[in-house]
Amino acid sequence: MTAAASTDIVTGSINRGWAARIAARTGGGALRIFLIVVALVWLIPTFGLLIESLRDPAQYANGGWWDAITHPAQLTFSNYSALLKTSAITGSFWNTVEITVPATILVVLIGAAAGYAFAWLEFPGRDALFLVVIGLLVVPIQIALIPVVKLYSALGISGSILSVVIFHVAFGLPFAIFLLRNYFSGIPRDLMEAARMDGATEGRIFFRIVLPLGLPAIASLAIFQFLWVWNDLLVALIFTDSSSQPLTVALASQTRQFGSSIDVLAPGAFLSLIVPLAVFMFFQRFFVEGVMAGSVK
Amino acid sequence: MARIALSHVGKVYEDGTRAVADLNIEVEDGEFLVFVGPSGCGKTAALRMVAGLETITEGDVRIGDKLVNNVPPRDRDVAMVFQSYALYPHLTVRDNIGFGLQLRKMPKAEVRRRVEDAARTLGLSEYLDRKPRNLSGGQRQRVAMGRAIVRQPQAFLMDEPLSNLDAKLRVQMRAEIGKLQRDLGVTTVYVTHDQVEAMTLGHRVAVIRKGVLQQIAPPQELYDRPTNLFVAGFIGSPAMNFLSATVLRDDNDQYTLEMGAETLVLPPSVPVARPALAGYVDKPIVVGIRPEDIEDASIAGRQPGRTLPARAELVEPLGSDLMVHLSMDLPQASGHEDIAELAEETGEGGVAIADERAVVVARFSPRSQVKVGDPVQITVATEQIHLFDATTGSAVWDA
Repeated sequence: MTAAASTDIVTGSINRGWAARIAARTGGGALRIFLIVVALVWLIPTFGLLIESLRDPAQYANGGWWDAITHPAQLTFSNYSALLKTSAITGSFWNTVEITVPATILVVLIGAAAGYAFAWLEFPGRDALFLVVIGLLVVPIQIALIPVVKLYSALGISGSILSVVIFHVAFGLPFAIFLLRNYFSGIPRDLMEAARMDGATEGRIFFRIVLPLGLPAIASLAIFQFLWVWNDLLVALIFTDSSSQPLTVALASQTRQFGSSIDVLAPGAFLSLIVPLAVFMFFQRFFVEGVMAGSVK
Repeated sequence: MARIALSHVGKVYEDGTRAVADLNIEVEDGEFLVFVGPSGCGKTAALRMVAGLETITEGDVRIGDKLVNNVPPRDRDVAMVFQSYALYPHLTVRDNIGFGLQLRKMPKAEVRRRVEDAARTLGLSEYLDRKPRNLSGGQRQRVAMGRAIVRQPQAFLMDEPLSNLDAKLRVQMRAEIGKLQRDLGVTTVYVTHDQVEAMTLGHRVAVIRKGVLQQIAPPQELYDRPTNLFVAGFIGSPAMNFLSATVLRDDNDQYTLEMGAETLVLPPSVPVARPALAGYVDKPIVVGIRPEDIEDASIAGRQPGRTLPARAELVEPLGSDLMVHLSMDLPQASGHEDIAELAEETGEGGVAIADERAVVVARFSPRSQVKVGDPVQITVATEQIHLFDATTGSAVWDA
């Protein structure tokens, strides 16, 4: 395979003219330059945020964050230590964790179980029910806000962390079920039947075969759901009160029309950014290609 | 170990399609039974009903003495080898083989011992810690076998386990499966569409067509005494040749087959073995002649009443034999639906000849000097001839 491929490349470069070769070289180079530029455009604001969060607020009036590169003496951890002493911020950080972690775990667990059922179990009305799930995919959360607010006040859970978690789980599930059902139905039927012959119950098949084989899809779902809930402002703004508000709401309240409090916003935003990044890094290793290789045929 | 009994088993799918009809088969304890038939004939559906992967819509299936119609697969104590192998891709060979034992909460040491025993039997010992993706096709097939034997089940069910292997490996694994089954003595039901696998592996072979059992018999009996046109044409490669004839009997009780302008004289042993033949005098009949029962007359000797004229249309030297497609000025038996279906199924209709002459495939001795386009005299081993009712397709034997 490798030998054949390299042979192709050799004959290719001999046969092609100079012009084609230069075009191929510069084409590859241009693509690389383009990618580097895009990466820089994306990364510079983040980098700026990091630097800004490390600058002494007294310097803010004297110039932009890039001054800190030439004057490293400006850098200090004082913003962070001040931030971590502000109970409003640390409290809202924990609120974010308390909202995001259960909202992610519940969506993954319920979505996987439902996805398995929709993909592999025979029950009456299965296809109709799945159509309903697909239909729910297109319901925008905005139209549900007011009815749910009314419902929550009737139930007496307004303003609680539970209310935000329930909302996120409810609106995360249709996509979760859709994604996992489609992924699970790609698992060869023979595998389920082999497990059944080997003595597995439905539960065993789910935990020992479907979940491990579905890890790539489950990992992407977990990342998406985590990011969505972690970064959510709208839902939290509507359903939380001062005791349950997450970091996004707390930081948003720091922005003012005149002279925003950058010394709180910058480190707060960076703190808020670090956690999803770590989650992504952790789940990335489950994106394995060819999990099914060697299974059938 | 157990016997498996199917009585009046049928399968009708929800959309009304019938896959299996009134199947009555008893697989003896320790027997190797092969289901063979063209694709879509219901043989796999029958196997899956024994496995429990398919609901049984009619009749009863018993494994041992236990009625298993409503018993889930995990409680039937049978192991299955799938055509696709269906290995668990995320588990090592060791865990693939041991999966069933782990589910049964067997002590770890015992699982380990059994898995290693099975791996040794199958020559997989050095691959135990590999994942399926790092195995060759043959090795994957062995892992699938290992998963079945390690459980020491009441029976093995195998669904075309060799059809994904290349030709050479298939022959090798076929021999290994045969040996393994003999050594372990486990009742085995094996499904294949390959009649060579069926003949070489089976203690008995069940030929199934359109969901209906045609004949169940030991391989040689199936070959020598096929019960109808379908079995006769399906078993044997190249397939049996079919010709139309009229049965004649003279005053000396000498039976003759009249085929167009030619005649074949039947030796006395043929009507003696077939009392029913007397009922076919002056009536049409289908004559079946196996390719190996036709020889170049210049080698077998020219004998009156057994030699017919033909022309060689295609000569295929196989080394050990010379496969010769002949055209003959005889009426070919093509009217019966079984023959039409067989020709479609096996693709062995012989070479196409423009002028409606009968096409006959013969297996000549390699010493034959016949060339394409040559006229050739052929000698038929008439004592080996097969006779079938032209309407029903049933073999003509007892009255």
